[in-house]
Amino acid sequence: MKILMKGNEAICEAAIRAGCVGFFGYPITPQNEVPEYMSTKMAESGGTFVQAESEVAAINMVYGASAAGARVMTSSSSPGIALKQEGISYLAAADLPCLIVSVSRSGPGLAGILPSQSDYFQATKGGGNGDYYMPVFAPNSVQEATDFVQKSFEVAERYRTPVMVLIDGLLGQMMEPVEFSAPNIPQFDKSWAVGPRNGRERNIRNSLDLSPESLEQTNIRRFKRYDEIIANETRVESTVQDGDEVVVVAYGTSARIAVNAIEELGAAGIKAGLIRPITLWPFPNAAFQNLPASVKHVVVVELSQGQMVFDVKLAVAGKLPVHFYGRNGGMIFESPEIAREVTKIVRGE
Amino acid sequence: MTTRMVFSGFGGQGVLTLGQIIATIAMNKGKEVTWMPSYGPEMRGGTANCAVIISDSSIGSPQVITNIDVLCALNMPSIDKFLPKVNPGGLVIYNSSIITEAIARDDVRTVAIDATNIALNLGEAKVQNMVMIAGFLTASDLFTKDDVQAALQSKFGGKPELMAMNMAAIEKGM
Amino acid sequence: MGKVVYEKSAGLTDSPMSYCPGCLHGTIHKLVAESLVELGVLDRSVLVASVGCSVVAYQFYNCDAVQAAHGRAPAVATGIKRVSPESIVFTYQGDGDLAAIGTSEIIHAAHRGENITVIFVNNAIYGMTGGQMAPTTLITQKTSTSPKGRVENQAGLPMKVSEMMAQIPSSYYIERVSAHNVPNILKTKKAITKAFRNQIDGKGFSMVEILSTCPIGWHVTPVEATKFVESAMVPYFPLGVYKDEGEVRS
Repeated sequence: MKILMKGNEAICEAAIRAGCVGFFGYPITPQNEVPEYMSTKMAESGGTFVQAESEVAAINMVYGASAAGARVMTSSSSPGIALKQEGISYLAAADLPCLIVSVSRSGPGLAGILPSQSDYFQATKGGGNGDYYMPVFAPNSVQEATDFVQKSFEVAERYRTPVMVLIDGLLGQMMEPVEFSAPNIPQFDKSWAVGPRNGRERNIRNSLDLSPESLEQTNIRRFKRYDEIIANETRVESTVQDGDEVVVVAYGTSARIAVNAIEELGAAGIKAGLIRPITLWPFPNAAFQNLPASVKHVVVVELSQGQMVFDVKLAVAGKLPVHFYGRNGGMIFESPEIAREVTKIVRGE
Repeated sequence: MTTRMVFSGFGGQGVLTLGQIIATIAMNKGKEVTWMPSYGPEMRGGTANCAVIISDSSIGSPQVITNIDVLCALNMPSIDKFLPKVNPGGLVIYNSSIITEAIARDDVRTVAIDATNIALNLGEAKVQNMVMIAGFLTASDLFTKDDVQAALQSKFGGKPELMAMNMAAIEKGM
Repeated sequence: MGKVVYEKSAGLTDSPMSYCPGCLHGTIHKLVAESLVELGVLDRSVLVASVGCSVVAYQFYNCDAVQAAHGRAPAVATGIKRVSPESIVFTYQGDGDLAAIGTSEIIHAAHRGENITVIFVNNAIYGMTGGQMAPTTLITQKTSTSPKGRVENQAGLPMKVSEMMAQIPSSYYIERVSAHNVPNILKTKKAITKAFRNQIDGKGFSMVEILSTCPIGWHVTPVEATKFVESAMVPYFPLGVYKDEGEVRS
């Protein structure tokens, strides 16, 4: 049965149904429905809800709870995610799973509260210190947001890594019909968790390693896991087909609008296909290999001054011209605007 | 077939809820639907609005900034802001209790609903948003009274007196 | 066979301690370890190690451990205790960690009345990073970042952590002790045991502030260091129970 739900609330419901037992967060617009929903529902489901004194504290509570083996999450928005970067680095370093929901707003600084995609770098390139990556899912609908929340817990626990679901204020605030699947997350080994020992060897969850020889090996082992994530968890949607003149690349909210633009382009006689990265890390490089010979241009559209475009350029590797069109600051393009820009590019104007 | 709607009024007039009810009705009828509120400082005391898109196919952007098919306006600022963006042939359902000026477009259909007064006469100002639903029933074929009843049942089913009050509000507006 | 009159606590591992000669971390570790063993909770204890000289404390305590980012130990402990209430969770933090970068986390953990135990070792200096001024460095005390001695009109007066924590409505037990001589070590042990007993009994937030030394950072001999605690630290940081809701409420 479908329910009409806000993205922010659907994410919570999905998390609880996926067995999330702890939420640690701090208020910030436009994600306030998340801690509000969790404050009620965690109590009802017997889980833990803590409104922390800061985003820094919240992510460190997640670190502790995850170290104790619990399936836990936090959520925030742009400046708050910036504060969580320290903790995210520690979670990655201590091989601890968790879900971080990022409902992005415009930046930099305090900036505005309206939807933006200017936190692509923040999500995919770290911000915390050190050699680490974090899988990032970028859903484009309320339904996908719920599905990927549940998938995120599985990926987090399978590979022992923090995972982010990145949406923006638009997906967080909008309502859409959503259907909750019965999540079937395997029971992963958590014999590494701290807590009552009952005679077992002691467990230490830690990121400190003052021996360069050992630290290098630890990091190399983690990157082997990253290789597995790249091989198994990369996701992309592509509608590109032979005859398309142009490929439009967009994720999340932008991809929704790009779909309309592609329809309008088609009506005007310009054949365009969409590549929608669903995981931003790992980035779906393969989708950009072996594009049809008919494709002459790649146009990246983002609600930013251009961030994902750099990954697209790496993936395209100089084989095609990569163009960019973006709005930022909470301004959201409409589909005719994208169609107009793509038309100009295709016609060489 | 896609219908792009804007619901707009003062904060407290229940336009967000009204939009949700219309979206729920459409969802129950198997349509694709999105509901998108304006959010931010303006929600505190000023105007509030939300966009609802109902479609037979999947919906791209949930925002309705231009090309409005249906404007449901509960106060004068909403007319000022959104009337110029209503498509020719579009529908404007407005709260004539407080929007007393004539609608300055002759290429749109208009339905006046005395929503605030009807609600006050019923003794419950809060149901003025429900009265507006009457405008959809008289001037569009988007849904029927039975569809409305079913959607309200899921929202107020546990509270018969609220259910009755809301249905009465819609009847009075017809 | 002679009779065993003294042995290392089962609460400590066989790992040789890496602390400097004359440092009292070793003594305090022993007291904490003994308390956990005597209370019968070692098997379900979780140490949250902080950043500072005791960053590697997880090598020495014979229990589970999580190493926390600088200052965040009370938040990490909150996370552990909330999802694993049967665990006996304690943080071990120095004055740089707890009283500078971690003031927010310690104050709010106490404000929430988290049922955890905090071992706060105050030696009035940043030891690990090479002897810089701490919030608890005394006026005129020389450090590598207050080479002419701490000056009030630049750095303010030293922070009195126990006094501050006792003002927090939801804190349960706050005591300041010292580990600089035998009578005080015995009192320290009692305070530590009480702080863990409180957690076992579900009483809430307990913190023991322990005055300690840093002969290397202070550039004095271990004996001079203990004398400095007696003559300079104790007068500014008076020992005693600052708050005991158990006494108030019973």
